[in-house]
Amino acid sequence: MSAPLAAVSFAPLAVALPLLGAALAFVLRRHTGAQRAVTSSTLALTLVLEVWMLAGAWRHGAQAVLLGGWAPPWGISMVVDEFSSLMLVVSTCVSLAVLLYASGQGMADGERGGSISVFHPAYLILVAGVSNAFLAGDLFNLYVGFEILLTASYVLLTLGGTTARIRAAVTYVVVSVVSSVLFLLAIGMIYAATGTVNMADLALKLGEVAPGTQVVLHLMLFVAFGIKAAVFPLSFWLPDSYPTAPAPVTAVFAGLLTKVGVYAMVRTETLLFPGDRINSLLMVVALLTMLVGILGAVAQTDVKRMLSFTLTSHIGFMVFGLAVGNVVGLAAAVYYVAHHIIVQTSLFLVTGLIERRGGSSNVDRLGSLARLSPVLAVLFFIPAMNLAGIPPFSGFLGKLGLIQGGVELGTPLGWVLVGGSVATSLLTLLAVARVWNRAFWRKAEDAENPAPVLLATTSSGSPMTTYGTAANSGSRGDSALLPRGMVVPTAALVSLGVALTVFAGPLFQLSEQAARQMLERTPYIEAVFGAEATYAPGSLK
Amino acid sequence: MTVNVTLLAVMGVMFATGIYLLLERSLTRVLLGIVLIGNGANLLLLATGGIPGLAPLYVEGAPAGAYSDPLPQALILTAIVITFAVTALLLAIIYRSWVIARRDEVVDDVEDRRVAAQSSFDPEEDTEIPLETTEFDPAAIPPPVDGAGTPAGEAGTGGPR
Repeated sequence: MSAPLAAVSFAPLAVALPLLGAALAFVLRRHTGAQRAVTSSTLALTLVLEVWMLAGAWRHGAQAVLLGGWAPPWGISMVVDEFSSLMLVVSTCVSLAVLLYASGQGMADGERGGSISVFHPAYLILVAGVSNAFLAGDLFNLYVGFEILLTASYVLLTLGGTTARIRAAVTYVVVSVVSSVLFLLAIGMIYAATGTVNMADLALKLGEVAPGTQVVLHLMLFVAFGIKAAVFPLSFWLPDSYPTAPAPVTAVFAGLLTKVGVYAMVRTETLLFPGDRINSLLMVVALLTMLVGILGAVAQTDVKRMLSFTLTSHIGFMVFGLAVGNVVGLAAAVYYVAHHIIVQTSLFLVTGLIERRGGSSNVDRLGSLARLSPVLAVLFFIPAMNLAGIPPFSGFLGKLGLIQGGVELGTPLGWVLVGGSVATSLLTLLAVARVWNRAFWRKAEDAENPAPVLLATTSSGSPMTTYGTAANSGSRGDSALLPRGMVVPTAALVSLGVALTVFAGPLFQLSEQAARQMLERTPYIEAVFGAEATYAPGSLK
Repeated sequence: MTVNVTLLAVMGVMFATGIYLLLERSLTRVLLGIVLIGNGANLLLLATGGIPGLAPLYVEGAPAGAYSDPLPQALILTAIVITFAVTALLLAIIYRSWVIARRDEVVDDVEDRRVAAQSSFDPEEDTEIPLETTEFDPAAIPPPVDGAGTPAGEAGTGGPR
């Protein structure tokens, strides 16, 4: 209870620091510069703390902190294990990069006052909610975490209150509220059935509930989290609502919010309801999520909408890893979640840059970008290939792990899923390659409705100029249209995605350890109740 | 555990009407539906707390079984606050929608409709490839002898890049 617990006992700060920062940022809403400094330093401090927690979890396994010293199952506990601390570190890295990008955008546009001053506080509250959901050791705290992040996301989605955003927000808010009510109902029923909401305690007690009741509770939680994670029949709301928000907001939503849902699903399947009761259902859902999502993506001409569809499609990969139910599959799912948070966010950030440089995010209006802005082309190409799963990148490693898990399972459904995931990867490649071909490679003159800004830069020099001068005039336009404050955070996030490949060895080792501990369940329960817990080992099955 | 049938019946009615309203197109009705199902969920939480009329906090000498369960009440309190905040926010959104567009309805996604209506013909991929695919400067190729070929002036647009 002394030295090794040092890191985990600071876990509540991962929630409290962003909340305090949000309060301070709100007080400083008239001073844009001070607000930016407060917000980014808060996030940086939180990140340092979380890296420390990750190191502790890696060395000592799952640990719990009991708030106010109340013994479980009465008190509120926060649990730091490999999975939750890895999610915390990745999510805060991404949030910090997006925040710097948003600040760079604000600085470049000279925005001040008005609704923009709400951005920083709301953003920090979103981060606090995400951290709370990852750390929550009981279902109700998880619900509160979800509500904190959802409320902040409602505010971020409606920034500025334009017609398109209000339209998108209505769908988003109503769907989110319905899923929250379902979650609350499930909590009420679980409490009625077991008399506890503490997840470690539930892991012990849910097994004693009548099997029929278990199925009802299990499916209610699955539907509630399925809406939040956007799995197939419940994913209709996502491509409708995400693309209208400002670029940094869409990026952070795409990276984090659905993954919190996936995280909650993983906890439900491994800790609360172990066994393979709904694994076949999960596999069918995973397959349909992948295929329907990616077919939607191929049909889009707007890059943001295309990316939103690939986002829902790739949630299927994570559900696939979860449904396989063996260590290999679950480890790959953990790795894939980390990979996808980073890659999807960087793609949305790059799309924001494309929109600035090319004046549109619709590929019918884009062209010549590879020549006009080689930096932008590289920044798009790397995460796009990463998303499609081209070998050196982390997307390939994650998918390889998932396929190994599916092959190890060996059932016919497992093989169908392996085939489906390969087809989805290929179609993802098709979708991003179409964007690449149209927006970057073809000449702007060939576009269906070329954006004026592209034509202006292309035809300002005479058509007969050599390649060198054209590139020079392009880079002059670059510095004005692509502020360094936005390009540098994007580049940092893209290189973080590449770093996932470089450090794939230790990361896979960590995810495998996380997967093994989650499937074993005892480390989590012992972390909350202490090793000398009063439960009979037999009750764990 | 005894079950309070009145509470359950009220809850059922609230959920039924709430879901009915939620499926309406008018935003105000959707909001009312959300309020109803939110409070229905609160009633469910209340019902898990056991029979009413027990000691709420501390009564001198009362046995353990005579206390009502305080946890569901704490949960309801939190849930009420959350529903309240979301209701206020939705009202603001609905008001904004009214100010902007003078309509109180769920609006279709224009881009969705456009993508759904577009033809399967893709000019980029489905157009037939022209027979003449040479990358050499057409001006450098000698015109056909009968003089019916392309005039040199028009061909010059594809000059060196």
